Amino acid sequence: MKRLHVDPVTLDALREFGNIGAGHAATALSTLLSGRVKMSVTDARLCPFSEIVEVVGGGETIVAAVFIRIFGTISGNMFVLMSLPSVDRLLERLLPAPSHVSEYMELEQSAIAEVGNILSGAYVAAISDLCGMSLNQSVPAVAIDMAASLLDIGLMMSGDEENQAILISTSLVHDGNNIDAYFFLLPDLDGTEVLLDILRGKIRHG
Amino acid sequence: MVDEKEQIRIGIAEGAILTGSGTLMTAGLGSCVGLVIYDETRLLAGMVHIMLPESPHVQPPHPQKYADTGIAWLYETLLQQGASHAHLRAKYAGGSQMFQALQMEGLRIGERNVRAVSMHLERLQIPVIGTDVGGHVGRTVWFELPSRRYFIRTARGDERHL
Repeated sequence: MKRLHVDPVTLDALREFGNIGAGHAATALSTLLSGRVKMSVTDARLCPFSEIVEVVGGGETIVAAVFIRIFGTISGNMFVLMSLPSVDRLLERLLPAPSHVSEYMELEQSAIAEVGNILSGAYVAAISDLCGMSLNQSVPAVAIDMAASLLDIGLMMSGDEENQAILISTSLVHDGNNIDAYFFLLPDLDGTEVLLDILRGKIRHG
Repeated sequence: MVDEKEQIRIGIAEGAILTGSGTLMTAGLGSCVGLVIYDETRLLAGMVHIMLPESPHVQPPHPQKYADTGIAWLYETLLQQGASHAHLRAKYAGGSQMFQALQMEGLRIGERNVRAVSMHLERLQIPVIGTDVGGHVGRTVWFELPSRRYFIRTARGDERHL
């Protein structure tokens, strides 16, 4: 039976890993939006399912999510979650005539997907450089709904028998625009062990 | 405290039994299935938040997570609480595919969850009274006793019951 354990040293390495990824993503976003982007929070830990949805304000909070599947040395799921006001602010910067309808149309959806793609791409590149892994990412998929309903597909592949998963989450704030973007990296259960092994190796060899 | 209605919130991959007036609820079902089995003649019902169709082990530490072991857990627990097999009925909702653009077969878990739930209920010969499954929408669901109504609310604010 599989049960994950993470010691404090590995946890620090995981947090560092999140910082580096977020740093790259912040640079990518600042180029896209031509403004300063600040990375504000990084959370990296072994987390029960119930707490993962609390990070974005509870399971029923309506969010825009970009889902990307990662495969290569490790496989896993990556989500970029944004609050709807943040999405509106992003779209104002990205699209010539933002629509003020209640539902996002195809153009808005593909703009959201592109932002998710750029952010996750930066994150994935940083991680693969850091760990010397080769990683690829799928085409992004976008959906807007309750946070818990969007994240459950990610948890299915990540959770151990105790229903815990490795969570690496980051919040990015675009100065003056307050764009909150949360990253969730949820490695598959097998991927988690590989990732932790690589991290432990890094710690030992400096 | 006999008059007080019990409100039980069920998290992802969890389950609970309600033995009296009250509510069983689970928030934000995506590809998961929220299954309720209840006794038609008593104030007795149970809910599981099923995440995957099949358990990798015979006795997983959290049987409620999987359709096969979750339904077995629910069925046996209800019988232990005094339910009779002949009076058991089921209602369930969920099993969406939230990300429409995903083409990967392995990610069409919603459909597989619904198929597994339906199959195990049939095997146990528990009649299904109502379902609300599939589509591309998240659902918050709750089941009430004594009404035995199963309510569904979506992110768009639609509300209905089974």
